[in-house]
Amino acid sequence: MTTNDATIVAEGLRKRYGSSYALDGLDLTVGRGVVHGLLGPNGAGKTTAVRILATLLSFDGGSARVAGHDVVTEADDVRRRIGLTGQYAAVDETLSGRQNLVMFGRLYHLSARQAKRRADDLLEQFDLTAAADRSGRTYSGGMRRRLDLAASLILAPEVLFLDEPTTGLDPRSRNDMWDAIRSLVAGGTTVLLTTQYLEEADQLAGRISVIDTGRVVAEGTADELKARIGGDRIEVVVHDVAQLGAAAAVVARVGTAEPETDADTRRVSAPVADRMAALTEVVRELQAAGVAAEDVGLRRPTLDEAFLHLTGHQAAIPEETAA
Amino acid sequence: MSTALQRPPALTTPPPARTPAARLRWTAADAWVMTKRNLAHVVRAPEEVVIYFTLPIMFVLVFGYVFGSGMALPGGGDYREFLLPGVFAMTMLYGLGATATGVAFDVDRGVVDRFRSMPMARSALVVGRSAADLVRAVLELTTLVVCGLLVGWQWRNGIGDALAAVGLILLLRLAITWIGIYLGLVVPNPDTVGVIVFPAAFPLTAPSNVFVAPELMPGWLGAVSEWNPLSSTVATTRELFGNPGFGGDSWAAQHSLLLAIGWPLVLMAIFVPLSIRQYQKLSR
Repeated sequence: MTTNDATIVAEGLRKRYGSSYALDGLDLTVGRGVVHGLLGPNGAGKTTAVRILATLLSFDGGSARVAGHDVVTEADDVRRRIGLTGQYAAVDETLSGRQNLVMFGRLYHLSARQAKRRADDLLEQFDLTAAADRSGRTYSGGMRRRLDLAASLILAPEVLFLDEPTTGLDPRSRNDMWDAIRSLVAGGTTVLLTTQYLEEADQLAGRISVIDTGRVVAEGTADELKARIGGDRIEVVVHDVAQLGAAAAVVARVGTAEPETDADTRRVSAPVADRMAALTEVVRELQAAGVAAEDVGLRRPTLDEAFLHLTGHQAAIPEETAA
Repeated sequence: MSTALQRPPALTTPPPARTPAARLRWTAADAWVMTKRNLAHVVRAPEEVVIYFTLPIMFVLVFGYVFGSGMALPGGGDYREFLLPGVFAMTMLYGLGATATGVAFDVDRGVVDRFRSMPMARSALVVGRSAADLVRAVLELTTLVVCGLLVGWQWRNGIGDALAAVGLILLLRLAITWIGIYLGLVVPNPDTVGVIVFPAAFPLTAPSNVFVAPELMPGWLGAVSEWNPLSSTVATTRELFGNPGFGGDSWAAQHSLLLAIGWPLVLMAIFVPLSIRQYQKLSR
C-alpha cells in the first residue's frame, strides 16, 4: 500500500501537554475500506490521535491527511468526509432521536426534506423508530450509542472514527455495535477504531497498531502480532520453586528460544516447533530429572500476551468478564 | 440492527463556502439551526422555564405586597409600579444561569465535539445560543408584563416609549447572555455553574436601584448602586414607562440613558472576544 491509496496518513504527530508528550511521533497509515484498530492502555494517546485526525485538536508537530485532505489547512473538507463516535454519546439528550438526526442533517446543509428522510432511514436501520420521538434522556446506553453512531453516518462518511465505541455497553449492545461496524465496512467505509479491549480488536480489526506512550510500538494483523512472541509455547509449572532451574534446563533443550521463567507463579515457558514431540519429550525429561511438575501444557499465545509483551502493560478487561 | 447498513447514494450537499458572502450565508443558516435547537429545548423541557419565571413572580409578590406595604418612595408614587421595571431587569440578570448552564452542559456532554467535527460554522453554536436566549427573554418579559398589569403596573407614556424600554431591557439581556456563554465555557461543569451563578447574581441586584433608592444607602454603597449596570437600565426604563423613580443628582443618574446603552455594549466588548477565545481553546 502506498500512501496515495491510504485514507488516513499521519506522520510524526506530536502533541505536548506541559512538559509531557501525549503523542510523541505517531505514524499511521490506514488503507481504504478496512477497520484499523488502535490498541493501547489508558493514556497511551489513542483518543488524542483520534481527536487530532477528526480536526478537534491542534498539535505541535507532524502532519496528517484524512480522506485526501490536510486536517489543519483543509479542515472543513475533512469534516465533510468523516464521522465521529466517541466514548460518550455526543447527542443532544433533551431533543428526541429524530430531532437530533434532523438537526445534524441540517448542519451538514442537507435540505429540510433530505434531512428528514435521512433521519427516518437511519432511525429504521438502527432500530430506533419506536423511540424516535422520545427525548434522548429516556434512551438506554445502547440506544444512545446507536443514535450517536447514526448521527455520524448522516453523510455516509468515507472515514469513521470510533473512539472506544463499546466502552460501558452490555454484551448484547456490544455485539449489535460490532455488527453495525462490520456492515459499514462491507459498504466501503474506512473505520479507525480505538479500543482497550483486545477481543474487540481481534474481532473487528484487519490491522492493528499498538500504541504506547504516544507512539506506535507494533503494527500488523492480530495473527502477526501474536506471532511476534512466537507460535506455540510449552509451559511447565513446577511444584517446588527450588526446581525451577532444573525445569528451565529441560525446557531450554526442547524449545526454540530461551525459556522465560517466573518464580512467582513457578512457571517456565518457551516457544516450540513441533507441538506433540516437544510435549512428550518434556514430560519424559522432567521425570528423568526428578522434577515434580504440577502442570505441563501447550498453548497458543493470546493477543493479551502480545500486548503485554509489546507494551509492558496489562490490557483492560471488559467489564462483563471482570464482574 | 439486523439489516445490513449500506452507504446510501451520495447525498447532495453544497461544497463548503469559500467567498465571504457565502460564508456569511453558511454561518447564518447554521446559527438558525442552533437557535431552533435551543428553542426546542424550551418546548421539550418547559419545567426549566417555569423555574426561571417563578423567581421574578415571587419577587413581585413578596416585595410588592409584603415589603412594599411598608416602603415609601422619596418622590411619592406606587411602590409596585416602581418595582416592576426593576424586576424586569433582574429577571434578565437571572437568565445568566440558564445561558451558562446550557453552554456548560453542551461542553460537558460532548455534543460540542460533534458540532466541532462537522463542517458547520464554529460561531453558530454561540450565536445560536444568544439568539435563542433573546427569544426566551421575550417570552419571560411577556409573562412579567402580564403579571405586572395584574398587580397594577402600567406604561403611561405610550407604546413607542414602552417598546424603547423593552429594547433596552433586551439589550441588557444580550450582554448578560455573553457573560453567561463565557461562564459556561470557563466552568464546564453544569452543576458547578448553577451553584456559582445564583449566589453571584443575587448580591448584584441588591446594591442597585431595583428595590431601594441609592440615596438612602451609605455613601460608597450608594455610588456602587448608581453605577451598577442594572441601575442604569432600570432608571431609564422607569422614565420611559412613566413609572415613579428617584431621579438623583450624580453623573450616573443624570446620564442613565447613555449608560443603559453604554454598559451592555462595554460588557459585550469584553465578553464576546473572551468567549470566542475560550471556545477556540477547546481545541488545545
